Amino acid sequence: MNQFQYVRATKPQGAIDVVAKDPNAKFIAGGTNLVDLMKRGVMTPQKLVDINRLPFNKIEHQGNTLHIGALALNSTVADDPQVQAAQPLLAKALNAGASAQLRNMATVGGNMLQRTRCSYFYDTTMPCNKREPGTGCGALEGINRMHAIFGFSDKCIAVHPSDMSVALVALDATVLVSGPQGDRRIPMAELHRLPGDTPEKDTNLAPGELITAVGLPDAPFTKHVSYYKVRERASYAFALVSAAAALDLDGTTIKSARLALGGVAHKPWRVQAAEQALVGQPATEASFRRAAEVAMQGAKAFKYNAYKLRLAPNTIVQALRTAAAA
Amino acid sequence: MAVNSETDQPAPHDETRHTFLKQSSLLTALALVPAPVVSAAAAELDETVAAAFEKVPLKLEVNGTKHKLQVEPRTTLLDLLREQLHLTGTKKGCDYGQCGACTVHVDGQRVNSCLSFAVMHEGRKITTIEGLADGDKLHPMQEAFVKHDGFQCGYCTPGQIMSAVACVREGHADSEAEIREYMSGNICRCGAYPNIVAAIQEVKGGGQKV
Repeated sequence: MNQFQYVRATKPQGAIDVVAKDPNAKFIAGGTNLVDLMKRGVMTPQKLVDINRLPFNKIEHQGNTLHIGALALNSTVADDPQVQAAQPLLAKALNAGASAQLRNMATVGGNMLQRTRCSYFYDTTMPCNKREPGTGCGALEGINRMHAIFGFSDKCIAVHPSDMSVALVALDATVLVSGPQGDRRIPMAELHRLPGDTPEKDTNLAPGELITAVGLPDAPFTKHVSYYKVRERASYAFALVSAAAALDLDGTTIKSARLALGGVAHKPWRVQAAEQALVGQPATEASFRRAAEVAMQGAKAFKYNAYKLRLAPNTIVQALRTAAAA
Repeated sequence: MAVNSETDQPAPHDETRHTFLKQSSLLTALALVPAPVVSAAAAELDETVAAAFEKVPLKLEVNGTKHKLQVEPRTTLLDLLREQLHLTGTKKGCDYGQCGACTVHVDGQRVNSCLSFAVMHEGRKITTIEGLADGDKLHPMQEAFVKHDGFQCGYCTPGQIMSAVACVREGHADSEAEIREYMSGNICRCGAYPNIVAAIQEVKGGGQKV
Protein backbone atom coordinates (compact mmCIF):
# COMPACT_ATOMS: atom_id res chain seq x y z
CA MET A 1 0.00 0.00 0.00
CA ASN A 2 1.14 3.53 -0.74
CA GLN A 3 2.22 5.67 2.17
CA PHE A 4 -0.05 8.52 3.14
CA GLN A 5 -0.40 11.33 5.59
CA TYR A 6 -2.96 10.79 8.34
CA VAL A 7 -5.00 13.63 9.80
CA ARG A 8 -7.61 13.24 12.52
CA ALA A 9 -10.33 15.86 12.22
CA THR A 10 -11.98 17.30 15.31
CA LYS A 11 -14.17 19.89 13.57
CA PRO A 12 -16.06 19.47 10.26
CA GLN A 13 -14.71 22.67 8.71
CA GLY A 14 -11.10 21.64 9.17
CA ALA A 15 -11.74 18.32 7.46
CA ILE A 16 -13.60 19.98 4.59
CA ASP A 17 -10.86 22.58 4.08
CA VAL A 18 -8.14 19.95 3.80
CA VAL A 19 -10.00 17.76 1.30
CA ALA A 20 -11.31 20.72 -0.72
CA LYS A 21 -7.80 22.09 -1.20
CA ASP A 22 -6.02 18.83 -1.94
CA PRO A 23 -7.23 16.60 -4.80
CA ASN A 24 -5.14 13.75 -3.37
CA ALA A 25 -6.87 13.88 0.01
CA LYS A 26 -9.82 11.68 0.99
CA PHE A 27 -12.14 11.45 3.95
CA ILE A 28 -12.06 8.13 5.76
CA ALA A 29 -14.86 6.85 8.00
CA GLY A 30 -15.43 3.09 8.38
CA GLY A 31 -12.79 2.38 5.77
CA THR A 32 -14.35 -0.91 4.73
CA ASN A 33 -14.17 -0.04 1.03
CA LEU A 34 -11.36 2.52 0.93
CA VAL A 35 -8.84 0.36 2.82
CA ASP A 36 -9.68 -2.54 0.50
CA LEU A 37 -9.15 -0.36 -2.58
CA MET A 38 -5.89 1.04 -1.20
CA LYS A 39 -4.52 -2.45 -0.54
CA ARG A 40 -5.17 -3.30 -4.18
CA GLY A 41 -3.69 -0.04 -5.48
CA VAL A 42 -7.01 0.99 -7.03
CA MET A 43 -7.08 4.16 -4.94
CA THR A 44 -3.88 5.84 -3.79
CA PRO A 45 -4.75 8.89 -1.70
CA GLN A 46 -1.77 10.82 -0.37
CA LYS A 47 -3.68 12.04 2.65
CA LEU A 48 -6.51 10.60 4.70
CA VAL A 49 -8.70 12.79 6.87
CA ASP A 50 -10.23 10.63 9.60
CA ILE A 51 -13.73 11.98 10.25
CA ASN A 52 -14.79 9.34 12.78
CA ARG A 53 -14.64 11.74 15.73
CA LEU A 54 -16.98 14.30 14.14
CA PRO A 55 -20.41 14.63 15.79
CA PHE A 56 -22.53 13.12 13.01
CA ASN A 57 -23.87 9.90 14.51
CA LYS A 58 -27.25 10.87 15.97
CA ILE A 59 -30.53 9.35 14.89
CA GLU A 60 -33.46 11.61 15.76
CA HIS A 61 -36.90 12.65 14.61
CA GLN A 62 -37.12 16.35 13.75
CA GLY A 63 -40.62 17.43 12.71
CA ASN A 64 -41.73 15.08 9.95
CA THR A 65 -38.24 13.86 9.15
CA LEU A 66 -36.09 11.10 10.55
CA HIS A 67 -32.52 12.45 10.57
CA ILE A 68 -29.74 9.90 10.51
CA GLY A 69 -26.19 11.15 11.03
CA ALA A 70 -23.75 10.23 8.27
CA LEU A 71 -21.43 8.54 10.77
CA ALA A 72 -24.13 6.34 12.29
CA LEU A 73 -23.02 2.75 11.79
CA ASN A 74 -25.02 0.53 9.46
CA SER A 75 -25.67 -1.90 12.35
CA THR A 76 -26.79 0.92 14.67
CA VAL A 77 -29.24 2.24 12.09
CA ALA A 78 -30.60 -1.23 11.29
CA ASP A 79 -31.20 -1.96 15.00
CA ASP A 80 -32.59 1.48 15.89
CA PRO A 81 -36.19 1.31 17.16
CA GLN A 82 -37.12 4.63 15.47
CA VAL A 83 -35.81 3.37 12.14
CA GLN A 84 -37.54 0.02 12.51
CA ALA A 85 -40.85 1.72 13.38
CA ALA A 86 -40.83 4.59 10.86
CA GLN A 87 -38.66 3.24 8.03
CA PRO A 88 -38.52 -0.57 8.22
CA LEU A 89 -37.52 -0.80 4.53
CA LEU A 90 -34.23 0.92 5.37
CA ALA A 91 -33.52 -1.53 8.19
CA LYS A 92 -34.22 -4.48 5.89
CA ALA A 93 -31.96 -3.15 3.14
CA LEU A 94 -29.14 -2.54 5.63
CA ASN A 95 -29.38 -6.05 7.03
CA ALA A 96 -29.26 -7.47 3.50
CA GLY A 97 -25.85 -5.88 2.95
CA ALA A 98 -22.36 -7.09 3.88
CA SER A 99 -21.76 -9.01 7.15
CA ALA A 100 -22.38 -8.24 10.82
CA GLN A 101 -18.72 -7.21 11.22
CA LEU A 102 -18.76 -4.87 8.22
CA ARG A 103 -22.07 -3.32 9.30
CA ASN A 104 -20.37 -2.53 12.64
CA MET A 105 -17.74 -0.52 10.74
CA ALA A 106 -19.51 0.94 7.71
CA THR A 107 -21.21 4.30 8.11
CA VAL A 108 -24.29 5.70 6.36
CA GLY A 109 -22.23 8.23 4.39
CA GLY A 110 -19.57 5.70 3.48
CA ASN A 111 -22.12 3.13 2.37
CA MET A 112 -23.51 5.65 -0.15
CA LEU A 113 -20.05 6.50 -1.41
CA GLN A 114 -18.72 2.97 -1.82
CA ARG A 115 -17.29 2.26 -5.26
CA THR A 116 -18.49 -0.28 -7.78
CA ARG A 117 -17.36 -3.90 -7.39
CA CYS A 118 -16.86 -4.24 -11.17
CA SER A 119 -13.93 -6.64 -11.47
CA TYR A 120 -12.34 -4.50 -14.19
CA PHE A 121 -12.37 -1.50 -11.83
CA TYR A 122 -10.69 -3.64 -9.15
CA ASP A 123 -8.05 -5.19 -11.44
CA THR A 124 -5.34 -2.58 -12.07
CA THR A 125 -3.97 -4.58 -15.03
CA MET A 126 -7.26 -4.12 -16.90
CA PRO A 127 -8.62 -1.10 -18.75
CA CYS A 128 -11.24 0.88 -16.81
CA ASN A 129 -12.54 4.36 -17.56
CA LYS A 130 -13.72 4.75 -13.99
CA ARG A 131 -10.34 3.97 -12.46
CA GLU A 132 -8.23 5.48 -15.24
CA PRO A 133 -10.22 7.70 -17.63
CA GLY A 134 -9.45 7.09 -21.29
CA THR A 135 -8.24 3.49 -20.95
CA GLY A 136 -11.53 1.98 -22.12
CA CYS A 137 -14.11 -0.28 -20.53
CA GLY A 138 -12.94 -3.85 -20.03
CA ALA A 139 -16.44 -5.04 -19.15
CA LEU A 140 -18.13 -3.83 -22.33
CA GLU A 141 -16.80 -6.79 -24.35
CA GLY A 142 -15.60 -8.76 -21.33
CA ILE A 143 -17.13 -10.87 -18.59
CA ASN A 144 -20.09 -8.61 -17.90
CA ARG A 145 -22.44 -10.89 -16.02
CA MET A 146 -22.64 -8.57 -12.98
CA HIS A 147 -23.22 -5.46 -15.04
CA ALA A 148 -25.85 -2.85 -15.83
CA ILE A 149 -29.02 -3.23 -17.88
CA PHE A 150 -30.14 0.39 -17.43
CA GLY A 151 -28.50 3.81 -17.83
CA PHE A 152 -25.06 2.66 -18.94
CA SER A 153 -22.83 4.31 -21.53
CA ASP A 154 -20.18 2.97 -23.89
CA LYS A 155 -17.63 4.28 -21.37
CA CYS A 156 -18.90 2.31 -18.36
CA ILE A 157 -21.42 -0.44 -17.62
CA ALA A 158 -20.67 -0.87 -13.90
CA VAL A 159 -23.37 -1.01 -11.22
CA HIS A 160 -23.61 0.67 -7.82
CA PRO A 161 -23.29 -1.99 -5.11
CA SER A 162 -25.12 -0.43 -2.14
CA ASP A 163 -28.32 -2.00 -0.78
CA MET A 164 -28.98 0.83 1.67
CA SER A 165 -28.98 3.40 -1.14
CA VAL A 166 -31.70 1.49 -3.01
CA ALA A 167 -33.99 1.82 0.02
CA LEU A 168 -33.05 5.48 0.52
CA VAL A 169 -33.91 6.39 -3.07
CA ALA A 170 -37.24 4.55 -2.77
CA LEU A 171 -37.98 6.44 0.45
CA ASP A 172 -37.36 9.90 -1.08
CA ALA A 173 -34.43 10.60 1.23
CA THR A 174 -32.50 13.86 1.21
CA VAL A 175 -28.72 13.95 1.64
CA LEU A 176 -27.35 16.78 3.80
CA VAL A 177 -23.95 17.98 2.74
CA SER A 178 -21.41 20.50 4.08
CA GLY A 179 -18.76 21.86 1.77
CA PRO A 180 -16.40 24.72 1.07
CA GLN A 181 -19.37 26.72 -0.29
CA GLY A 182 -21.54 25.98 2.76
CA ASP A 183 -24.37 23.54 3.34
CA ARG A 184 -26.78 22.11 0.78
CA ARG A 185 -29.37 19.38 0.44
CA ILE A 186 -29.34 16.87 -2.39
CA PRO A 187 -32.30 14.61 -3.20
CA MET A 188 -31.02 11.02 -2.83
CA ALA A 189 -32.05 10.31 -6.44
CA GLU A 190 -29.58 13.00 -7.55
CA LEU A 191 -26.63 12.05 -5.36
CA HIS A 192 -25.42 9.30 -7.68
CA ARG A 193 -25.09 9.87 -11.40
CA LEU A 194 -25.08 7.89 -14.60
CA PRO A 195 -21.66 7.28 -16.14
CA GLY A 196 -22.04 9.18 -19.43
CA ASP A 197 -18.62 10.31 -20.64
CA THR A 198 -17.23 10.76 -17.11
CA PRO A 199 -17.61 7.44 -15.27
CA GLU A 200 -14.79 8.44 -12.91
CA LYS A 201 -17.40 10.54 -11.14
CA ASP A 202 -19.74 8.35 -9.09
CA THR A 203 -21.69 11.22 -7.54
CA ASN A 204 -22.59 14.88 -7.94
CA LEU A 205 -20.65 15.89 -4.82
CA ALA A 206 -18.13 18.70 -5.29
CA PRO A 207 -14.53 18.33 -4.07
CA GLY A 208 -14.44 18.61 -0.28
CA GLU A 209 -18.16 18.16 0.17
CA LEU A 210 -18.89 15.99 3.21
CA ILE A 211 -22.15 14.12 3.78
CA THR A 212 -23.32 14.98 7.31
CA ALA A 213 -26.74 13.31 7.47
CA VAL A 214 -29.59 11.80 5.56
CA GLY A 215 -33.20 12.83 6.11
CA LEU A 216 -36.16 10.53 5.54
CA PRO A 217 -39.61 12.12 5.35
CA ASP A 218 -42.34 10.34 7.30
CA ALA A 219 -44.31 8.11 4.96
CA PRO A 220 -47.08 5.53 5.20
CA PHE A 221 -44.64 2.74 4.32
CA THR A 222 -44.36 1.29 7.80
CA LYS A 223 -45.77 -2.19 7.26
CA HIS A 224 -45.95 -3.44 3.68
CA VAL A 225 -42.29 -3.29 2.74
CA SER A 226 -39.77 -5.72 1.32
CA TYR A 227 -36.14 -5.66 0.31
CA TYR A 228 -35.71 -8.69 -1.88
CA LYS A 229 -32.13 -9.42 -2.84
CA VAL A 230 -31.01 -12.16 -5.23
CA ARG A 231 -27.37 -13.17 -4.91
CA GLU A 232 -25.15 -16.15 -5.52
CA ARG A 233 -25.19 -17.35 -1.93
CA ALA A 234 -27.77 -16.95 0.81
CA SER A 235 -25.91 -14.16 2.63
CA TYR A 236 -22.87 -11.89 2.43
CA ALA A 237 -22.70 -11.30 -1.33
CA PHE A 238 -23.44 -8.36 -3.59
CA ALA A 239 -26.77 -8.32 -5.38
CA LEU A 240 -27.25 -9.72 -8.85
CA VAL A 241 -30.56 -7.87 -8.71
CA SER A 242 -32.39 -6.45 -5.70
CA ALA A 243 -35.73 -4.71 -5.34
CA ALA A 244 -36.96 -2.37 -2.61
CA ALA A 245 -40.75 -2.31 -2.55
CA ALA A 246 -43.12 -0.37 -0.32
CA LEU A 247 -46.89 -0.34 -0.53
CA ASP A 248 -49.58 1.72 1.17
CA LEU A 249 -52.69 -0.46 1.06
CA ASP A 250 -56.33 0.40 1.61
CA GLY A 251 -57.72 -3.08 2.09
CA THR A 252 -56.39 -4.80 -0.98
CA THR A 253 -56.14 -1.64 -3.10
CA ILE A 254 -52.79 0.03 -3.59
CA LYS A 255 -53.00 3.70 -2.53
CA SER A 256 -49.36 4.43 -3.26
CA ALA A 257 -46.20 2.49 -4.01
CA ARG A 258 -42.43 2.83 -4.10
CA LEU A 259 -40.12 0.67 -6.14
CA ALA A 260 -36.37 0.84 -6.69
CA LEU A 261 -33.82 -1.64 -8.00
CA GLY A 262 -30.23 -2.46 -7.12
CA GLY A 263 -27.60 -4.24 -9.20
CA VAL A 264 -28.98 -2.92 -12.49
CA ALA A 265 -27.44 0.54 -13.00
CA HIS A 266 -24.65 2.96 -12.11
CA LYS A 267 -27.00 4.38 -9.47
CA PRO A 268 -29.85 3.05 -7.34
CA TRP A 269 -32.62 2.72 -9.93
CA ARG A 270 -36.01 4.11 -8.93
CA VAL A 271 -38.83 3.14 -11.29
CA GLN A 272 -41.55 5.76 -10.82
CA ALA A 273 -43.51 4.70 -13.93
CA ALA A 274 -43.95 1.28 -12.33
CA GLU A 275 -45.02 2.91 -9.04
CA GLN A 276 -47.67 4.89 -10.94
CA ALA A 277 -48.84 1.73 -12.67
CA LEU A 278 -49.59 0.23 -9.25
CA VAL A 279 -51.66 3.10 -7.86
CA GLY A 280 -55.36 2.28 -7.65
CA GLN A 281 -54.76 -1.33 -8.62
CA PRO A 282 -55.52 -4.40 -6.51
CA ALA A 283 -52.49 -5.93 -4.78
CA THR A 284 -52.48 -9.00 -6.98
CA GLU A 285 -50.00 -11.00 -8.99
CA ALA A 286 -51.36 -9.51 -12.22
CA SER A 287 -50.79 -5.93 -11.00
CA PHE A 288 -47.27 -6.78 -9.83
CA ARG A 289 -46.43 -8.47 -13.14
CA ARG A 290 -47.73 -5.44 -15.06
CA ALA A 291 -45.63 -3.08 -12.89
CA ALA A 292 -42.57 -5.25 -13.51
CA GLU A 293 -43.13 -4.99 -17.27
CA VAL A 294 -43.32 -1.21 -16.99
CA ALA A 295 -40.17 -1.14 -14.87
CA MET A 296 -38.24 -3.17 -17.44
CA GLN A 297 -38.95 -0.89 -20.38
CA GLY A 298 -35.69 0.23 -21.91
CA ALA A 299 -33.59 -2.53 -20.35
CA LYS A 300 -30.76 -3.84 -22.50
CA ALA A 301 -28.39 -6.69 -21.77
CA PHE A 302 -24.80 -7.51 -22.69
CA LYS A 303 -23.32 -10.85 -23.63
CA TYR A 304 -23.26 -12.40 -20.14
CA ASN A 305 -26.00 -10.59 -18.20
CA ALA A 306 -29.08 -11.34 -20.30
CA TYR A 307 -30.35 -13.41 -17.36
CA LYS A 308 -31.04 -10.10 -15.59
CA LEU A 309 -33.79 -9.34 -18.13
CA ARG A 310 -35.75 -12.23 -16.60
CA LEU A 311 -34.35 -12.07 -13.08
CA ALA A 312 -35.16 -8.38 -12.55
CA PRO A 313 -38.91 -8.55 -13.28
CA ASN A 314 -39.21 -11.73 -11.24
CA THR A 315 -37.39 -10.03 -8.36
CA ILE A 316 -39.77 -7.06 -8.60
CA VAL A 317 -42.82 -9.33 -8.48
CA GLN A 318 -41.39 -11.27 -5.53
CA ALA A 319 -40.60 -8.04 -3.65
CA LEU A 320 -44.12 -6.67 -4.23
CA ARG A 321 -45.69 -10.00 -3.26
CA THR A 322 -43.62 -10.12 -0.06
CA ALA A 323 -44.43 -6.49 0.74
CA ALA A 324 -48.16 -7.00 0.26
CA ALA A 325 -48.13 -10.05 2.52
CA ALA A 326 -46.07 -8.35 5.26
CA MET B 1 23.28 9.93 15.91
CA ALA B 2 26.03 11.10 13.60
CA VAL B 3 27.67 8.64 11.29
CA ASN B 4 31.31 8.57 12.17
CA SER B 5 33.25 7.65 9.09
CA GLU B 6 36.74 8.55 10.35
CA THR B 7 37.07 6.44 13.47
CA ASP B 8 38.64 3.00 13.75
CA GLN B 9 35.25 1.54 14.23
CA PRO B 10 32.99 2.81 11.53
CA ALA B 11 29.35 2.13 11.90
CA PRO B 12 28.34 -1.17 10.30
CA HIS B 13 27.37 -0.81 6.70
CA ASP B 14 23.75 -1.58 7.40
CA GLU B 15 23.59 1.00 10.11
CA THR B 16 25.07 3.67 7.81
CA ARG B 17 22.61 2.84 5.12
CA HIS B 18 19.77 2.75 7.60
CA THR B 19 20.68 6.14 9.02
CA PHE B 20 21.03 7.59 5.56
CA LEU B 21 17.61 6.30 4.57
CA LYS B 22 16.15 7.59 7.77
CA GLN B 23 17.61 11.04 7.23
CA SER B 24 16.75 11.24 3.58
CA SER B 25 13.20 10.08 4.09
CA LEU B 26 12.79 12.55 6.90
CA LEU B 27 13.95 15.33 4.59
CA THR B 28 11.62 14.13 1.88
CA ALA B 29 8.82 13.98 4.38
CA LEU B 30 9.48 17.51 5.52
CA ALA B 31 9.50 18.70 1.94
CA LEU B 32 6.18 16.98 1.41
CA VAL B 33 4.53 18.32 4.51
CA PRO B 34 1.82 20.49 3.07
CA ALA B 35 0.47 23.74 4.39
CA PRO B 36 -2.40 22.21 6.37
CA VAL B 37 0.08 20.52 8.71
CA VAL B 38 1.61 23.86 9.56
CA SER B 39 -1.78 25.38 10.24
CA ALA B 40 -3.27 22.28 11.84
CA ALA B 41 -4.44 24.11 14.93
CA ALA B 42 -5.92 26.94 12.91
CA ALA B 43 -7.80 24.45 10.72
CA GLU B 44 -9.24 22.84 13.85
CA LEU B 45 -7.51 19.54 13.28
CA ASP B 46 -6.22 17.23 15.93
CA GLU B 47 -2.51 17.53 16.57
CA THR B 48 -2.23 13.97 15.35
CA VAL B 49 -0.98 15.01 11.98
CA ALA B 50 1.75 12.86 10.57
CA ALA B 51 3.80 13.13 7.45
CA ALA B 52 3.56 10.09 5.27
CA PHE B 53 6.85 8.61 6.44
CA GLU B 54 6.43 9.35 10.12
CA LYS B 55 5.10 7.07 12.79
CA VAL B 56 2.10 8.26 14.70
CA PRO B 57 1.70 7.89 18.46
CA LEU B 58 -1.17 5.58 19.36
CA LYS B 59 -2.65 4.67 22.70
CA LEU B 60 -5.02 1.75 22.95
CA GLU B 61 -5.92 -1.09 25.27
CA VAL B 62 -5.62 -4.68 24.13
CA ASN B 63 -7.06 -7.47 26.29
CA GLY B 64 -6.92 -5.20 29.33
CA THR B 65 -3.32 -4.05 28.79
CA LYS B 66 -2.72 -0.42 27.94
CA HIS B 67 -0.25 0.21 25.13
CA LYS B 68 1.59 3.36 24.04
CA LEU B 69 2.76 2.66 20.53
CA GLN B 70 4.23 4.25 17.44
CA VAL B 71 2.64 3.09 14.19
CA GLU B 72 2.82 3.93 10.53
CA PRO B 73 -0.55 5.31 9.39
CA ARG B 74 -0.93 2.48 6.86
CA THR B 75 -0.60 -0.26 9.49
CA THR B 76 -3.88 -2.10 9.80
CA LEU B 77 -5.24 -3.06 13.21
CA LEU B 78 -4.65 -6.70 12.20
CA ASP B 79 -0.97 -6.13 11.39
CA LEU B 80 -0.50 -4.13 14.58
CA LEU B 81 -1.88 -6.99 16.66
CA ARG B 82 0.10 -9.69 14.90
CA GLU B 83 3.38 -8.01 13.97
CA GLN B 84 3.90 -5.42 16.70
CA LEU B 85 2.08 -6.90 19.70
CA HIS B 86 2.74 -10.52 18.65
CA LEU B 87 -0.84 -11.54 19.30
CA THR B 88 -0.96 -14.05 16.49
CA GLY B 89 -4.25 -15.66 17.54
CA THR B 90 -6.05 -13.26 15.24
CA LYS B 91 -5.58 -14.67 11.74
CA LYS B 92 -4.94 -13.07 8.38
CA GLY B 93 -7.07 -14.96 5.89
CA CYS B 94 -8.01 -12.94 2.81
CA ASP B 95 -6.85 -9.53 4.16
CA TYR B 96 -9.71 -7.91 2.18
CA GLY B 97 -12.66 -8.21 4.55
CA GLN B 98 -14.15 -11.22 2.83
CA CYS B 99 -13.44 -14.11 5.21
CA GLY B 100 -13.76 -12.91 8.83
CA ALA B 101 -10.64 -14.70 10.13
CA CYS B 102 -9.38 -11.35 11.49
CA THR B 103 -12.50 -10.64 13.58
CA VAL B 104 -11.80 -8.86 16.89
CA HIS B 105 -13.91 -6.75 19.22
CA VAL B 106 -13.42 -2.97 19.36
CA ASP B 107 -15.22 -1.47 22.35
CA GLY B 108 -17.25 -4.68 22.41
CA GLN B 109 -18.28 -4.62 18.74
CA ARG B 110 -17.03 -7.26 16.29
CA VAL B 111 -15.11 -5.83 13.33
CA ASN B 112 -12.75 -6.99 10.57
CA SER B 113 -9.36 -5.87 11.86
CA CYS B 114 -7.84 -6.14 8.35
CA LEU B 115 -10.02 -3.33 7.00
CA SER B 116 -9.18 -0.53 9.38
CA PHE B 117 -6.05 1.40 10.12
CA ALA B 118 -4.73 1.04 13.66
CA VAL B 119 -4.43 4.83 14.07
CA MET B 120 -8.19 5.12 13.74
CA HIS B 121 -8.58 3.24 17.05
CA GLU B 122 -6.94 5.77 19.36
CA GLY B 123 -8.28 5.23 22.90
CA ARG B 124 -10.31 2.14 21.99
CA LYS B 125 -10.43 -1.17 23.85
CA ILE B 126 -9.57 -4.15 21.69
CA THR B 127 -10.33 -7.77 22.61
CA THR B 128 -8.72 -10.61 20.67
CA ILE B 129 -9.08 -14.37 21.00
CA GLU B 130 -6.20 -14.26 23.53
CA GLY B 131 -8.30 -12.05 25.78
CA LEU B 132 -11.38 -14.23 25.89
CA ALA B 133 -10.40 -16.92 28.39
CA ASP B 134 -10.24 -16.21 32.11
CA GLY B 135 -6.72 -17.41 32.84
CA ASP B 136 -6.75 -21.17 32.25
CA LYS B 137 -10.53 -21.29 32.22
CA LEU B 138 -11.84 -21.27 28.67
CA HIS B 139 -14.63 -18.95 27.66
CA PRO B 140 -17.95 -20.85 27.34
CA MET B 141 -17.87 -20.34 23.57
CA GLN B 142 -14.37 -21.83 23.36
CA GLU B 143 -15.55 -24.83 25.40
CA ALA B 144 -18.59 -25.26 23.17
CA PHE B 145 -16.43 -25.18 20.01
CA VAL B 146 -14.24 -27.92 21.49
CA LYS B 147 -17.23 -30.00 22.59
CA HIS B 148 -19.03 -29.73 19.22
CA ASP B 149 -15.97 -30.02 16.97
CA GLY B 150 -16.59 -26.52 15.64
CA PHE B 151 -13.46 -26.67 13.51
CA GLN B 152 -11.23 -28.88 11.44
CA CYS B 153 -8.08 -27.05 10.32
CA GLY B 154 -8.71 -24.31 12.89
CA TYR B 155 -7.55 -21.34 10.87
CA CYS B 156 -10.90 -19.55 10.87
CA THR B 157 -11.65 -20.55 14.48
CA PRO B 158 -10.41 -17.45 16.36
CA GLY B 159 -12.53 -15.27 14.06
CA GLN B 160 -15.49 -17.65 14.31
CA ILE B 161 -15.35 -17.60 18.12
CA MET B 162 -15.01 -13.81 18.37
CA SER B 163 -17.91 -13.45 15.97
CA ALA B 164 -19.97 -16.09 17.78
CA VAL B 165 -19.54 -14.37 21.15
CA ALA B 166 -20.69 -11.09 19.58
CA CYS B 167 -23.58 -12.84 17.84
CA VAL B 168 -24.93 -14.06 21.18
CA ARG B 169 -24.29 -10.72 22.92
CA GLU B 170 -26.09 -8.83 20.14
CA GLY B 171 -29.15 -11.05 20.53
CA HIS B 172 -28.83 -12.49 17.04
CA ALA B 173 -28.66 -16.17 18.02
CA ASP B 174 -32.32 -17.00 18.54
CA SER B 175 -32.65 -19.60 15.80
CA GLU B 176 -30.46 -21.63 13.49
CA ALA B 177 -31.47 -19.41 10.56
CA GLU B 178 -30.62 -16.25 12.48
CA ILE B 179 -27.26 -17.66 13.60
CA ARG B 180 -26.38 -18.64 10.02
CA GLU B 181 -27.32 -15.16 8.75
CA TYR B 182 -25.42 -13.28 11.46
CA MET B 183 -22.38 -15.58 11.20
CA SER B 184 -22.19 -15.25 7.40
CA GLY B 185 -19.20 -12.92 7.65
CA ASN B 186 -17.03 -15.84 8.82
CA ILE B 187 -16.10 -18.30 6.12
CA CYS B 188 -14.98 -21.85 7.03
CA ARG B 189 -13.15 -23.61 4.23
CA CYS B 190 -13.48 -26.97 5.97
CA GLY B 191 -17.25 -26.61 6.21
CA ALA B 192 -17.64 -26.95 9.98
CA TYR B 193 -20.76 -24.81 9.87
CA PRO B 194 -23.27 -27.29 11.37
CA ASN B 195 -20.99 -27.79 14.38
CA ILE B 196 -20.34 -24.07 14.74
CA VAL B 197 -24.09 -23.44 14.77
CA ALA B 198 -24.52 -26.21 17.37
CA ALA B 199 -21.84 -24.66 19.58
CA ILE B 200 -23.49 -21.24 19.42
CA GLN B 201 -26.93 -22.71 20.11
CA GLU B 202 -25.60 -24.49 23.18
CA VAL B 203 -24.04 -21.33 24.59
CA LYS B 204 -27.16 -19.32 23.82
CA GLY B 205 -29.42 -22.00 25.31
CA GLY B 206 -27.23 -22.39 28.39
CA GLY B 207 -28.01 -18.81 29.37
CA GLN B 208 -24.47 -18.29 30.69
CA LYS B 209 -23.00 -14.81 30.66
CA VAL B 210 -20.85 -14.46 27.57
